[in-house]
Amino acid sequence: MSEANGHAANDKIRVDVRDLNFYYGNTKALKSISLPLYDRKVTAFIGPSGCGKSTLLRVLNRMYSLYPGQRAEGEVLLDGENVLDPRLDLNLLRSRIGMVFQKPTPFPMSIYDNVAFGIKLYERISKADMDDRVRHALERAALWGEVKDKLNASGLSLSGGQQQRLCIARTVAIKPEVILLDEPCSALDPISTAKIEELISELSEDYTIIIVTHNMQQASRASDYTAFMYLGELVEYGETEKMFTTPENKRTEDYITGRFG
Amino acid sequence: MNSVLYARRGLTDRVFYVLSVGAAGFGLLWLGLILFTLVTEGFGGLSLKVFTENTPPPGSDGGLLNAIAGSLMMSFLAVIVGTPIGILAGTYLAEYGRHTRLAGAIRFFNDILLSAPSIVIGLFIYEIFVINMGHFSAIAGAASLAVIVIPVVVRTTENMLLLVPSALREAATSLGAPMSFVIRSVTWRAARAGILTGALLAIARISGETAPLLFTALNNQFWSSNINAPMASLPAVIFQFAMSPYEDWHRLAWAGALLITFAVLALSIAARLLESKRN
Repeated sequence: MSEANGHAANDKIRVDVRDLNFYYGNTKALKSISLPLYDRKVTAFIGPSGCGKSTLLRVLNRMYSLYPGQRAEGEVLLDGENVLDPRLDLNLLRSRIGMVFQKPTPFPMSIYDNVAFGIKLYERISKADMDDRVRHALERAALWGEVKDKLNASGLSLSGGQQQRLCIARTVAIKPEVILLDEPCSALDPISTAKIEELISELSEDYTIIIVTHNMQQASRASDYTAFMYLGELVEYGETEKMFTTPENKRTEDYITGRFG
Repeated sequence: MNSVLYARRGLTDRVFYVLSVGAAGFGLLWLGLILFTLVTEGFGGLSLKVFTENTPPPGSDGGLLNAIAGSLMMSFLAVIVGTPIGILAGTYLAEYGRHTRLAGAIRFFNDILLSAPSIVIGLFIYEIFVINMGHFSAIAGAASLAVIVIPVVVRTTENMLLLVPSALREAATSLGAPMSFVIRSVTWRAARAGILTGALLAIARISGETAPLLFTALNNQFWSSNINAPMASLPAVIFQFAMSPYEDWHRLAWAGALLITFAVLALSIAARLLESKRN
């Protein structure tokens, strides 16, 4: 399966996962996964706990390479370049692929420095330009209005929902091509969740977004494509609307309607 | 319900409670007595002269200035040498070598060093410094104290870094930051208060060490700021004065003991405050 079922004909492939296998030591966690991820679309990975959806996400920016004993086989092409190539510069790769985590992860520094952190890594720009970039990123994350008067306050002083939007601002600030979100709302209240979902659909105008979620409603509301995974296999993948109305696979239907998982 | 069984449980409970409280009280009693004696005896010997005059010959007036300065100087040298080494080694254990066999071996030997009798460390420094240099010196004293500082700092640094959630490291990594940058700008910063606490506790630990200094810095009756020569220190002076038959030396020894105790107390309180700030 190299194309999603019923994908819109004019959607361009940005990341192409081909025959991907993943191992934690001797345990096989992903079993020959193949799926295309489309440019400037939101793709949701859903499935019960332990199905491999977070693992798949962590392959895309090689986050697993931090840990010995974890390895991937196959191909993940980002604009035609194989992400799994051992010769690849991982820092450069990660500067092209942003990631937001389950729990907010503000760094122990000011709000301003949190956002400037990633920019400073790869760019030497003037203070005025940096101010603009920080402001722009905070605006994109719908946080500017709440923090513009306390940019020097610690990032840890914000509420959970604000911290998560700070992390999104930090990710957006480095102008990545792809943004990975690993259950970004699971630690947040419903109001903060709604804000983040709104943000995701806005960001999808410019970025290719992949979101792992446990929340069916979230997947159906916020995504264009949905991949349903189960026990390390990709069961079904297609346009979200189709997946949630007329799934082809019985297990997909059962999971989506809450009969298991 | 079996009421006999229940009554017996209740009795056991009381007995256990009384034993626990009694044991705690017994321990605190001796600590209290030590502090009480120290304060009553030590305050008598305290005067301005303690801080302004050098150690006297028996029968004449004097203070502890050279010993206080010597202790401060050698502790300072030990800390500026030992703390960076300890922090870097602890960082290796927690960040780079976490899953490696080498790190396991280093951790094991560090724990041994942590509980090694300080007299053994003194003897070791005596062998490699004092014998080769041909004389006692403050450098050798500071070196032996540094060897005591290092394992304490290694341990606390590693523990504090392990408390930093891996999501924080992953978040910095996901922005494209190389590992050393993640460590320096995020992980260390998140563990800063804890690492500093470790350094303070290491200073507290060495401030009362006597045995390694007797082998290395020896002692000095006079003022000396030459680190290539023997140097006085509070513990060594207390040892010498307390063992002497002279009443005025005894008073100075008590004053010195009180000073060290207060210094350790102040350091411990500072460490506690830092710790509570971290939480």
